[in-house]
Amino acid sequence: MTSLDELSPVPDHGLSWLEASGDHADIVLSTRVRLARNLQGHAFGSRARVDDSEAVLTRFRDCLGTSRPLCGGALLPMSELSSRSRRILLERRLISRELVGDPESTPAKGGAVLLSDHDPLSIMVNEEDHFRIQGLLSGLRLQDAWNDVDRMDEELGQELPYAYHHEFGYLTSCPTNVGTGLRASVLVHLPGLVLTKEIGRVLQGLGQVGLTFRGLYGEGSEVVGNFFQISNQTTLGKSEEDLVDHLDKMVRQVIQYENQARLVLLRDARSVTEDKIWRAYGLLRYARALSFEELMNLLSGVRLGVSLKLLPGLRVYTLNKIMIFTQPAHLEQAAGRDLPPAESDVHRAAYVRRVLAREGDGSTGTAVEGGDRSRS
Amino acid sequence: MTCDQCGSDDAVVHLTQIVNNQISTLHLCEKCAAAKGLDTAPEAVNFPLSNFLAQTGEGDAASTEPAKDLRCSFCGLTFQDFRDTGRLGCPHCYSGFEVQLRSLLRRIHGGTQHVGKVYLPPDPSATDVQKRLETLRRKLQRAVETEAFERAARLRDEIRAMEPVR
Repeated sequence: MTSLDELSPVPDHGLSWLEASGDHADIVLSTRVRLARNLQGHAFGSRARVDDSEAVLTRFRDCLGTSRPLCGGALLPMSELSSRSRRILLERRLISRELVGDPESTPAKGGAVLLSDHDPLSIMVNEEDHFRIQGLLSGLRLQDAWNDVDRMDEELGQELPYAYHHEFGYLTSCPTNVGTGLRASVLVHLPGLVLTKEIGRVLQGLGQVGLTFRGLYGEGSEVVGNFFQISNQTTLGKSEEDLVDHLDKMVRQVIQYENQARLVLLRDARSVTEDKIWRAYGLLRYARALSFEELMNLLSGVRLGVSLKLLPGLRVYTLNKIMIFTQPAHLEQAAGRDLPPAESDVHRAAYVRRVLAREGDGSTGTAVEGGDRSRS
Repeated sequence: MTCDQCGSDDAVVHLTQIVNNQISTLHLCEKCAAAKGLDTAPEAVNFPLSNFLAQTGEGDAASTEPAKDLRCSFCGLTFQDFRDTGRLGCPHCYSGFEVQLRSLLRRIHGGTQHVGKVYLPPDPSATDVQKRLETLRRKLQRAVETEAFERAARLRDEIRAMEPVR
């Protein structure tokens, strides 16, 4: 079975978060809210034996039949997916590295993901915690993401008895998640702050107000393409609404700083900035080989150009799509075979050239409507 | 891309650092990264708990030596295992290591009392229901304040359904 067949039950291919809707979609790529939940009477992920994990998955599967809002969706057990399919789900940010496991070997029994078909929601089963309920939306939409996740949590908690402590709240494998089990994060693109060298101060400031930042793929990942994932650091001692509200306020503040930095760039270094943007566009439009990191850095320049309306013919949605479809497993999927890194770079450049050519030449300002969702 | 350090091998580790508000990126091969003390395994980077864990049991008379031999009666995890991995074994560990965890939670979160959602288990007791109603009323108030009327209506119905019949 090919990866495409395996993932065909996935609603909307799990890509609705790319659509560039929602507030500040040119700066905020996506909003994610997740809740960590565990069942009573079973060891947590790291300590779980195979039969523990399988029991958790069985109980989850059983409640899908009874609970109305949970039943619509695709449940994908990791052990039934090819390595490439698992990596595609990771690249679409629908599952974590931990759930993918070692890409070369069969993943442990019991790991699975449920992708809801009527909300942009998913539940990872047997990750570090038994359940990770997460909502992923385009743009800055923290309150919406929290409402979706909250509703799903209510449903699941009615069906299965959660591990809950009157003082510590919802119990989790790692004490950094205990209490609400809530991690809200927003993926923001901050080239203005990086170019004006203000970013260090802003990130330092986030630390002082109880927030933290990570790279594109979450914990332990590096910052690429000027994308920063800002999230709450603590989970205990504040209500879910307060955590979400606080992050929302602070992110709006960061966006304001970013916009100020962009104005400074345009005022004091307009020609240099324009040159950077057009060079980035030119390289993406004509390069014959691109590593993913180089692509991300060039895309960052182009995204800034689109946001500042210096590159009129391009849509943010196109840039979002390029980010996802040029990752290794997606390129392999399109090629229908494994690709060594050097070949991958060639395929990546070809894909970008094709999409940019179709989208219209940035210099003419004529955009070609219609997405490229069919390629998924 | 070749390694910035040795210039011969392919760079696989890209280290972005912020020092004095300056961002710098180093591209290193696996060997040079290891020589700099960087682990290339994704989980090993940036382990947020390690600093806090290193402090547990130090200068904290209540939680020193004897704590190491503590063992969870349900899953068998020892406190030392927890200190090594940063992960608890099961929900019962929270009772088994309560004293030690309380001081750790205070360091991480600044407190130990959960003030968010109150969980209503599948077969709730009267107190569970009462606590739950309090959270729902708080949510309702907030929904009205933020003019989320659809959500407010849903919450109001939920509260009505739970309130005891007078």
